[in-house]
Amino acid sequence: MRYLPITDADRSGMLQAIGAPSVEALFADVPEGALLAEPVDLPRHAGEFEVERRLSRLAARNRAAGAGPFFCGAGSYRHHIPAAVDYLIQRGEFLTSYTPYQPEIAQGTLQYLFEFQTQVCLLTGMEVANASMYDGATAAAEAVTMANRVTRRSKAVVSGNLHPHYRDTAATLARFQGFALEAGPPMPAGGEDLASRIDDETSCVVVQYPDLFGNISDFSALAEAAHAKGALLVVVVTEIVALGALRPPGEMGADIVAAEGQSLGNAMGFGGPHLGLFAARTRHMRQMPGRLCGETVDADGRRGYVLTLATREQHIRRERATSNICTNSGLCSLAFTIHLTLLGETGLKRLAALNHAGAVSLADRLGARVVTPAFFNEFTVRLAGDAAGAVEQLAGEGILAGVPVSRLHPGAGLDDLLLVAVTETTDEEDLAALAEALS
Amino acid sequence: MAVRTYYTREHEWVRIEEGVAICGITDYAQTQLGDVVYVELPEVGAEIARDGEAAVVESTKAASDVYAPVTGTILAVNDRLEESPDLVNESAEDQGWFFRMQIDDEGELDELMDEEGYQAFVEELD
Amino acid sequence: MSGDFHDTVSGDLGLRIEEPPIFEQDSPGALGVDWPETEAGADRLGGLARSGAIGLPSLAEPTVVRHYTRLSQKNYGIDTGLFPLGSCTMKHNPRLNERVARLPGFADIHPLQPESTVQGALALCRELQRWLTVLTGMPGVALTPGAGAHGELCGMMAIRAALDAGGAANADRKRVLVPDSAHGTNPATAAALGFEVVSIPEDGRGRVDPGRFEALAGEGGVAAVMLTNPNTCGVFENDIRRIADAVHEAGGYFYCDGANFNAIVGRVRPGDLGVDAMHINLHKTFSTPHGGGGPGSGPVVFSEALAPFAPVPRIVGEDGALRLEEANGQAFGRMKAFHGQMGMFVRALAYMMSHGADGLRQVSGDAVLNANYLLRKLEDVYSAPFAHAGPAMHEALFDDRALKDTGVSTLDIAKAMIDEGLHPMTVYFPLVVHGAMLVEPTETETRASLDRFVAIMRGLAERAHDGAPLTEAPFHAPRRRLDETQAARKPVLRWRGAGE
Repeated sequence: MRYLPITDADRSGMLQAIGAPSVEALFADVPEGALLAEPVDLPRHAGEFEVERRLSRLAARNRAAGAGPFFCGAGSYRHHIPAAVDYLIQRGEFLTSYTPYQPEIAQGTLQYLFEFQTQVCLLTGMEVANASMYDGATAAAEAVTMANRVTRRSKAVVSGNLHPHYRDTAATLARFQGFALEAGPPMPAGGEDLASRIDDETSCVVVQYPDLFGNISDFSALAEAAHAKGALLVVVVTEIVALGALRPPGEMGADIVAAEGQSLGNAMGFGGPHLGLFAARTRHMRQMPGRLCGETVDADGRRGYVLTLATREQHIRRERATSNICTNSGLCSLAFTIHLTLLGETGLKRLAALNHAGAVSLADRLGARVVTPAFFNEFTVRLAGDAAGAVEQLAGEGILAGVPVSRLHPGAGLDDLLLVAVTETTDEEDLAALAEALS
Repeated sequence: MAVRTYYTREHEWVRIEEGVAICGITDYAQTQLGDVVYVELPEVGAEIARDGEAAVVESTKAASDVYAPVTGTILAVNDRLEESPDLVNESAEDQGWFFRMQIDDEGELDELMDEEGYQAFVEELD
Repeated sequence: MSGDFHDTVSGDLGLRIEEPPIFEQDSPGALGVDWPETEAGADRLGGLARSGAIGLPSLAEPTVVRHYTRLSQKNYGIDTGLFPLGSCTMKHNPRLNERVARLPGFADIHPLQPESTVQGALALCRELQRWLTVLTGMPGVALTPGAGAHGELCGMMAIRAALDAGGAANADRKRVLVPDSAHGTNPATAAALGFEVVSIPEDGRGRVDPGRFEALAGEGGVAAVMLTNPNTCGVFENDIRRIADAVHEAGGYFYCDGANFNAIVGRVRPGDLGVDAMHINLHKTFSTPHGGGGPGSGPVVFSEALAPFAPVPRIVGEDGALRLEEANGQAFGRMKAFHGQMGMFVRALAYMMSHGADGLRQVSGDAVLNANYLLRKLEDVYSAPFAHAGPAMHEALFDDRALKDTGVSTLDIAKAMIDEGLHPMTVYFPLVVHGAMLVEPTETETRASLDRFVAIMRGLAERAHDGAPLTEAPFHAPRRRLDETQAARKPVLRWRGAGE
């Protein structure tokens, strides 16, 4: 077996050195009957070519986005990933390294995390960011529990236009941690009144920007209303490229930003792995979940980086930790930061402008059927009939037309709504094809 | 009234000055912790029962709870620790105090150790 | 600069190159990606267009590639050398796994495409589930947890849900028994869900004392036990069935932390030991890369009793007509967006298929053989507290008694290993022994590599006793010891320009 270098000769020599008669003898502590005498009932080992062939056949049974016009979004977006990103993240010193607990030989990881945290702060307009989390949904759920800790309250008011997977992820924690999560009904055209739902028990208000239906709105007044009641404003972003074009949540008074960072550097990959971004205010730094990288000096006085404020984390605080999380999305955050470094100030703004221009172009063609008044690169279209049926039919014609709202809000009476996303990978022909198909 | 200092088995000290308790962690505790990097202090006005969690002291490797040695109300906290947590290392039983408390029941003090008792307690630990 | 070097003007030393943060390499006007400017037209941003600069630096592609290449060269990876990090299973990461995960049919598909267009992806998930159920002997699988700790959360939520479904009488079941040697995530997970953590002391053999356990379980209110097996002392809990019986008899469930599954994969099925739920770190046992700290993937396998409570989504239906089920009466809820870490599933399945049932059996056998070999070759110079409490499993645990009176600590040995071109082992964990050094060589090391490791470790022990300045090590790494106190007292968590 190509990955296992111990030879039969090695094995017998080593057993002799140990003083054991056989490898099996080393498993003597396994209870009677539980040690299997034979391999389990699964196929035997296979060569590289054979494995690749079998998996390629499975891959071929999926319709890749690049195969035709593609308009799916709703929390996972198709963007172009520069070739350098994928090359660099596969360097073995990044790919096969561990969490940087030994900073002397992990400065590569630590420095990019420090740069990553800075980029996330700049994009979101926030003061402090962590080294990433599992995904946007878990980041949002952690934002709610952090708001509970900061305010010592236990009721979250959640926008009906928050992505239902995010809402449900937070609801799972609410159920088991015993706090309240009050989510409103979806309002595809926006106009939700959240301020009136905030009371003295509210720990936070959770909104999405742009929201599930693509709406963008100014949360400054909501932030003030929340703060007046002692509650925090949590802003969720599922399409981080939007912040290349939009006012950042930090400028609107957000206390926590929980975002999905997949759009930069990371493939859609059927929904994972993605990466959660988490940013907050300095005054709440010690209540933040997840890893933090900080700058310091070494014994020779040279600038270097370490994981810091680790006492918040599970391996020190054990049952008193801020969260049970012990993983970030290391390699995904590396892809994110490399992509964003390549883009830079000008590149990101141009990329965001391209996305918006494409969406506007499509919206203009669809006219009054567009439900969303203001949007970035994704909006909601009202169809004449069932959107899921239309999507299925168009898939048969080679067009992945978007995400039917009923997929995320089943039984909510929104079956005629379709979420449509346009990115820089969507070209003029794609736009024309969808406009025609929906007409 | 003379100044009296008491000690707990959790390595906190309490000094009574004019009927008010000033509390912190002992010099022994700070050497065990190593470099103190952060102290989370209680809110002024908080009422804390004896042995209730009153503060958290963090070094780079550990976070330890600090318990109220007696039942009472927090009157003031040492704001200087926010900027200079190193005061706990440099002057644990003076400049590095944590909080001042109004004591509910002075009788509770009788259950704590005096300096001599605490020294003997620490020697047994080493 | 210290050590044996002459100072240089740049701070560079031959191939070791100092690299400033990207923010100090800003070259306004430079572009790393060529996107065209958009023609000015009416926007539909509702008056929310960003004004002013974001503050991102501008660098061209050559500068960017050089930056990250230089950063990578300051890192140690499995590709660099032996990575004996106990409880972390740092084994070889096959590149085939990277190649297949990047096939457009897996990487370039959207989680909410029509199910009819992703039958291959769903079939792959189904196939991964099959491998996991056969290897563990447990019938249920939840694929979605994003990492090991997330898997723990998933397993313990299922346990809470099952207890709640058992009626109001179970509401008081809050005690979760956790050995002192457990990973920190175990008590953190239990506490996060409102359970009360009850510590089980280690018995002197690196194991849970079954009699003591039975007594604790008998005190009532038991929700679960959380046990790692093989445990973090590097030994197998040989009384595991008694423990399982005791917790079941007390009306609780058995959660097994699967972090150390590499020691038994293909040889022992946790389902045969009475386990009710166990997470599997695909990035450990099945070699999806650690990637400098993630992404992980932590599927959870469930016993018959807990399977109905597994989270959504679930994959249902027949091959060719597979569907994602989003709601189910007893499912406890959703753990994250979409359907799990697909990219990790592809890598893990490629790894499993490459090894097959026979190869996976060899994985655990060689992993255990290698650990015992190191234990035997080092136990005369590094004290091994449980070396005679039965064979080691895939890790060898040492403590710092042998270093007593040298003035050299476990940390110093770890840092001195860096100068020898090794990654340190896990140190100061588990907490139940003093100055712990937990060594996990894994099965992908050659005997020559193990012998070299032994020679280095013996040499370090000798130097510790000879008074070598190990307390200052490392001398030759990209950085010497870093000031963690300063980092924590005055946190600097982002780059700021002069005057910012």
